[in-house]
Amino acid sequence: MRFSALRVLKEGLTGNKGWTPHWRDPAPKPEYDAIIIGGGGHGLSTAYYLAKNHGMTNIAVLEKGYIGGGNVGRNTTIVRANYGLEGNSQFYSHSLKLWEGLEQDLNYNAMMSQRGIINLFHSDGQRDAAARRANMMISQGDDAELLDKHTVRKLLPNLNHDNIRFPIYGGLYHKRGGTARHDAVAWGFARGADQRGVDLIQNCEVTGIDIENGVVKGVQTTRGAIKAKKVGMVVAGRSGQVAAMAGMRLPVESHVLQAFVTEGLKPCVDHVVTFGMGHMYMSQSDKGGLVFGGDLDFYASYAQRGNLPTKEHVMEAAMCLMPQIGKARVLRSWGGIMDMSPDGSFIMDKTQVDGLFVNTGWCYGGFKAVPASGYCMAHLMATGQPHEVAARHRLDRFETGRGLMDEEASGSQHNLH
Amino acid sequence: MRIACPLCGERDSREFSYKGAALALGYPSEEAGFEAWDDYLHKRDNPAGPTRELWYHGSGCTAWLVVTRNTMTHEILSVELAEDAPESAQENTQGANA
Ligand SMILES: Cc1cc2nc3c(=O)[nH]c(=O)nc-3n(C[C@H](O)[C@H](O)[C@H](O)COP(=O)(O)OP(=O)(O)OC[C@H]3O[C@@H](n4cnc5c(N)ncnc54)[C@H](O)[C@@H]3O)c2cc1C
Ligand SMILES: [Zn+2]
Repeated sequence: MRFSALRVLKEGLTGNKGWTPHWRDPAPKPEYDAIIIGGGGHGLSTAYYLAKNHGMTNIAVLEKGYIGGGNVGRNTTIVRANYGLEGNSQFYSHSLKLWEGLEQDLNYNAMMSQRGIINLFHSDGQRDAAARRANMMISQGDDAELLDKHTVRKLLPNLNHDNIRFPIYGGLYHKRGGTARHDAVAWGFARGADQRGVDLIQNCEVTGIDIENGVVKGVQTTRGAIKAKKVGMVVAGRSGQVAAMAGMRLPVESHVLQAFVTEGLKPCVDHVVTFGMGHMYMSQSDKGGLVFGGDLDFYASYAQRGNLPTKEHVMEAAMCLMPQIGKARVLRSWGGIMDMSPDGSFIMDKTQVDGLFVNTGWCYGGFKAVPASGYCMAHLMATGQPHEVAARHRLDRFETGRGLMDEEASGSQHNLH
Repeated sequence: MRIACPLCGERDSREFSYKGAALALGYPSEEAGFEAWDDYLHKRDNPAGPTRELWYHGSGCTAWLVVTRNTMTHEILSVELAEDAPESAQENTQGANA
């Protein structure tokens, strides 16, 4: 079924009886050409681009829960291309371009909203750093603008601009950045993959990876054994457990990241605002809720919930940035499992096992990467060669020290990003 | 999450900072190759379940602690002073992946 305005009108007039499920619910076949473990954003986009760009349609996505039940449905939906280092710069630039054509490509309303991102700064030194970042973004071919304090005051009238400790000096404005509806992104890729013949198999947990003489043969699952010549591990926060099934230890530690949403309010924040000095950021959803978050809790966790100290810290930062937020009630808070890599950048590579590929280390920023990650992962799995914009994201860069991508320059060590 | 420091008693987790897997108690020999250092510095068992890790009681007695904690529930199973803890740098949780 194709979605269109005409279709909506027709269904509206005929009692909405013609809508059909967006994807099938197939039973697993005994064998596929390729299997993708993990039905999050990255697994689904990998399947979609394998089918679309490489004509591989005899493939399956195996998801232990339901489509969209992982981090892809738990994030704060920010999309941007403001990375600075060679490698990340090209990759996220490519991803933003894919986002810009995504809804037309998928024929799906992902509520992509290029409302712009404003990174606030509060000192001359920070302004210099913002100017440097803006220049990097412009030279990678993306957009960036340095705003003075008067312009920020006009664009964001509801912030506290005169806080004594953090007066707002200006902002780095990335106009093409914004948000997208996370669930719809997962559903759009799922539907697109399904329409091209990909089997999306839910409630199917991978429990083992079959390897013979260094070559992958397939996987064991809660719904039986499935054979495949190529297997991609695309399980984000659960990467450690799945890699262990192939006898691998990854340079990844899983941490919890929390987020919060208030009751619906009248429009009061038009952009995505980041308050780096408070480790806090915010945007307003189309329903009116202020969606905001902060830093990791900073300890290993799979609990999908965090603790009170981080909540308190984020609330304090929010009050500092926008005191009137104190009047709003917080409706929900939640946490997701983040696959943290030592240098803060992702990993996309072959493994020592023939036919087995790994996609992990997205840290807290893998939502914006969903289109390009699938695009490049599909290229890697189909051709055996990395795509040029993800060629630097090698698994062995930590061992050799060559090609580390430490955006924050805080060191290539766990627990520093 | 509250952590029972052997010296200070049960305290708010805000008083502590997290270092990571307790394999940092030991380190490879100088002659050990890149692979051993990579295993030590970067690779992690990253278990979903009980894990042994290092915490620092910075706002208390400033002791380093070895905390055994369940990463699925945040339950703290035991706490000992790092100086008393066995230096078996290996995480003792192999097979505990849930
Ligand atoms: C609070 C929060 C805010 C965030 N905000 C942003 C943001 O603003 N911008 C941004 O770019 N990123 C953000 N992120 C990060 C982003 O959500 C993740 O990096 C990204 O979603 C991870 O990739 P994924 O979608 O494929 O992961 P997931 O959706 O987690 O997919 C992995 C899937 O693998 C499945 N799986 C695991 N083990 C198995 C198994 N053994 N067998 C079968 N299936 C298995 C899981 O069930 C899961 O569905 C945020 C994350 C959180 C938690
Ligand atoms: Zn103490």
